[in-house]
Amino acid sequence: MDLGFIDQLWVARVPLLKGLGVSISISLLAIVVGTVLGIFVGLALTYGYRPIKWLVRGYTDFIRGTPVLVLVLASYYVLSTVGIDLGPFQAGVLALAVFCSSHVGELVRGALQSIPKGQTEAAKAIGLTFPQTFAYVLGPQALRQALPAWVNTAAEMVKASTLLSIIGVGELLLRTQEVISRTFMSLEFYFFAGFLYFVMNYGIERFGRYVERKTAVPS
Amino acid sequence: MTYTLNFAAVWRSFDLLLQGLALSLGLAVVAILAGCVIGLITAFGLVSKSMLLRKPAGLYVTIIRNTPILVLVLFSYFALPELGVRLGKIQSFVLTLAIYSGAYLAEVFRGGLIAVPPGQREAGLAIGLTEMQIRISIIIPLMLRNVLPSLGSTLISLFKDTSLAAAIAVPELTFEARKINVETFRVIETWIVASCLYVATCSLLAALMRAVERRLAVPR
Repeated sequence: MDLGFIDQLWVARVPLLKGLGVSISISLLAIVVGTVLGIFVGLALTYGYRPIKWLVRGYTDFIRGTPVLVLVLASYYVLSTVGIDLGPFQAGVLALAVFCSSHVGELVRGALQSIPKGQTEAAKAIGLTFPQTFAYVLGPQALRQALPAWVNTAAEMVKASTLLSIIGVGELLLRTQEVISRTFMSLEFYFFAGFLYFVMNYGIERFGRYVERKTAVPS
Repeated sequence: MTYTLNFAAVWRSFDLLLQGLALSLGLAVVAILAGCVIGLITAFGLVSKSMLLRKPAGLYVTIIRNTPILVLVLFSYFALPELGVRLGKIQSFVLTLAIYSGAYLAEVFRGGLIAVPPGQREAGLAIGLTEMQIRISIIIPLMLRNVLPSLGSTLISLFKDTSLAAAIAVPELTFEARKINVETFRVIETWIVASCLYVATCSLLAALMRAVERRLAVPR
C-alpha cells in the first residue's frame, strides 16, 4: 500500500483532530487557571504584607527561573511519588497553569504599579473601601494595561502545550509523532503540525493587536 | 504517607548534572551568538526601505515566533534528513535554537535600530563614511547599548529552552536529571536539585547582564 501525503492525512484525520482538541483544552485550562492564580499572585506582589510578599516573590522567581519542561516533568513524576495520583494530563495542565500564574502575576504587578498613586488617593477621598477601589478604579485600568501582554502569554501557553507530549499526553504533537512512526512521513506531518500551531498562534496574535487597538486610550 | 528526603544518590551523580549544566550553558551561548548574527541581518531587513528585503524578513519572524520550539526541534532533527540535511543531535539543536532566537532578536534589534537618532547616520555621512561603515562603527554599537536589557532576557529564556534538547537525547541538564531519576528513583530530590541549578544559573546570568549594563551605561 503506497499512499500519498493527502491520503495518509485523511487516514490520520481522527487522531490528529482529537489531538488538536486536546491541545486546545490544555491551553484553555492552563490559561484560565493560571490567570486566576496569577491575579492573586499579582495582588500579593503589589499590596501584600511583607512576609506574604517575600513568599510570593520567591515563588514567582523560582518558577520563572525553571524551564517549563522541567516543571512539567517534575509535576508528573514528583506528584505521583508523594502519592498524589494525577494522570499525565492533569499533572501537565497543573505545571502549565503554575507557569502561567507566575507570568500573569508579573503582568498584573506591572500594570497595578503603573497606575498613578493619585487614583488610589482619590478613591480614598470619596470613601471607597479597598475592594471597591480595586473593582472600580484600579482593576479596569490595570486590565487595559495588561491585556496585550496577557494575549501574548496565551499564545505562549499554546506553544508550551506541546511539552506535554513528552509525558505522554495525546495532544497534537504526540499524535503527529505517532502518525509519523506509522507513515515515516516526518517532513510532511511535522510541517502540517507546525502549520496548525502557526494558525492558532497567528490568530491569537492578530486578536491581540485588535484588542490593543480597541482598548487604547484615545489620544 | 511519609517520605524521607535523601539526597545521597543525587550527590553521587552530581558531576553528571554539572556536566549537563555546562552543556546547557554552552548551547545557549553558541545559539545566542549565532542568533545575534541572524537577528541583526534580519533586523536590517525589517527596517529596509525595499519591499524585497522587508517581506521575507517579516515572514521569517512571524513564522518562527508562532511555531512551538519543540516542533522546530523535532522537525530539524527528524525531518531535515529527508531533505538530505544530516546533522548530529547537538548541531541540529544549536541550529534550531539559533534560528529561533534569531527571530526574537530581530524584533529586539529592530526596536533598537529605530531608537538610534537619524542625526548619527547623517554625521557619519558628513565625515565621508560609507553606509556599511556607518552601520558597523556607529549604528550597531549604539543600538547594542539600547537593547542590552532585552538581549539579557533573551539569553536567559534561551538557556531555559535548552531543556528541550532532552527530547532528542542531547545530554544537557534536563536529560541527565531524567537519567538519574530513572536510575535512582530519587524523583523529588533529583528535580529539586535540577531546578535549583536552573534557577541559580538564571539569577547568575541576570546579575552578569546587569553588571554589563552598568559598565556600558551612558554616563549622565
